[in-house]
Amino acid sequence: MMLPGMIFLLIFSYIPMFGIIMAFQDYIPAKGMLGSEFVGLEHFIYMFQLPDIGQVFRNTMVIAFGKILLGTFGAIIFSILLNEIRLKILKKSIQTVVYLPHFLSWVVLAAVVVNMFSLDGTVNQILNFFGLEKLNFLGSNSLFQPLLIGTDVWKEFGFNSIVYLAAITAVDPGLHEAASIDGANWWKRVWHITLPSMLPIILLLAILSLPNILNAGFDQVYNLYTPMVYETGDILDTYVYRIGLLGREYSFGTAIGIFKSIIGMILIISANEMAKKFTDRKLF
Amino acid sequence: MVESKNISARIGRIVIHTIVISLGLICLLPLWNIVATSFSSSEAVTANAVGLIPVNFTTETYKMIMEDMQFWRSFGISVQRVILSLLINIVLIVLMAYPLSKSKRVFKGRNIYMNLLIFSMLFSGGMIPTYLVVKNLNLLNTIWSLVLPGAVQVFSIILIMNFFIGVPKSLEEAAIMDGANPLQILVKVFIPISLPALATVALFSIVGNWNDFFSGLIYMTKVSNYPLMTYIQSLSINIEEMLKSGANANSLENMMQVSNKNLNAAKIVVSIIPLLVIYPLLQKYFIHGIVVGSVKE
Repeated sequence: MMLPGMIFLLIFSYIPMFGIIMAFQDYIPAKGMLGSEFVGLEHFIYMFQLPDIGQVFRNTMVIAFGKILLGTFGAIIFSILLNEIRLKILKKSIQTVVYLPHFLSWVVLAAVVVNMFSLDGTVNQILNFFGLEKLNFLGSNSLFQPLLIGTDVWKEFGFNSIVYLAAITAVDPGLHEAASIDGANWWKRVWHITLPSMLPIILLLAILSLPNILNAGFDQVYNLYTPMVYETGDILDTYVYRIGLLGREYSFGTAIGIFKSIIGMILIISANEMAKKFTDRKLF
Repeated sequence: MVESKNISARIGRIVIHTIVISLGLICLLPLWNIVATSFSSSEAVTANAVGLIPVNFTTETYKMIMEDMQFWRSFGISVQRVILSLLINIVLIVLMAYPLSKSKRVFKGRNIYMNLLIFSMLFSGGMIPTYLVVKNLNLLNTIWSLVLPGAVQVFSIILIMNFFIGVPKSLEEAAIMDGANPLQILVKVFIPISLPALATVALFSIVGNWNDFFSGLIYMTKVSNYPLMTYIQSLSINIEEMLKSGANANSLENMMQVSNKNLNAAKIVVSIIPLLVIYPLLQKYFIHGIVVGSVKE
């Protein structure tokens, strides 16, 4: 039964792993992997000497970390507030609407974002209305990262709230009742009952999101950035694509890819161990 | 929960409702704006007059799409890809999850296979070696280059495996008593019982394949082979070319404005209709599936 799946896994996951040899070669497509000359760690040394790479690495971390942090906050706050809505039909329709952006691709959402944030877009029209200066969100290096983080939070907060909502619903209503009788108001009950009972799942998801620190979202960045914002918008994945595949620097691109894979793997394994240690649960 | 009746609690309620409803609107309105844009005349769109209601209502853009052969060719490729991927993904997920849901004593090599799966999730050769494998298999420019590299969905396999582990042992034993072989047990006992979870992974497969533009971009060298999202994406990529040819930021912005914004909006609307049809049907399942599958004890 395992055979068909294992064959596909072998071809499309394990065979490409032999491709890492390329990173230690001066890969020339015409000569193939067997004929190309070995150059040792040259590409890796070259990578660390590039002026861009520190910038790219920093962008990746900042964007990914911002998304994880704000995304988590957003989803938690939203799930607590949504839980207060008693009217079933209102709750259901809001849920349907906020989950929706998660299912749309960045190709589509990039058009939506450009529509909102371009120089003549809705946001600038609103700023204009209040007599404020127009902002070039898509073309300015200082605004591009906040834009990426903000729009990603917008896309995902609803979907991420699913797990938190489940955690809130699992809280024993008796606790809330007892607290109310003791005179606790809504804030106090959220602070002392709802949040503490969500803590394990928050901790778990925070730990498990750690490996994504090097995945700042290829699709989003690729569909939104222009050469104007390469400086703050370029992340490792877009960099590999531009330099490695478009620039046909196969060996160099692979070297960066491996660097990312190895760090990602270390992060995943340590996240899994941390989750096991702190929350008694794990991913695998 | 005890409802407090005093005024501050009531104000609190109103504030909470307002915030939650605004968050809902923030998710909905930008999308609605695209719909309104698609039904507006291009003059109104260029003048930025379109808000939430179409200005100079017209279905002209949709008529133009009807005549755009490439759009429909790409649409067809995407439909084909989604169906093929769905079939392959689900069959492989079920076939692999079932043996893996057995204990080490029943299925000797279980841990070896499990580790191979997890390792493939943790570490990959990366974009370029994968591209070269697809290229060397002569899959470039075929539908298979879109379907096969994603055939094994490790995350979904783990999700379904966990679901299978939860199936009561007695059901399986009863089937064995009746003389069923493993394949019959899988098809007649396990699959019917895990339909909600299968609906979840089916939705992931459909959405993932429909939305993916990148494999189309790297594996297809001819525009005529582009799946829908890659085609839509390619409509905006010309901007980058303009920039390279020395256009400055302002003229770029102008070009973006005068381009067929309402036509692109209509293309986007048509491209998300299939998802909008499937999504409500599967919504009640995926919430359950995600809650069960996200965390493993």
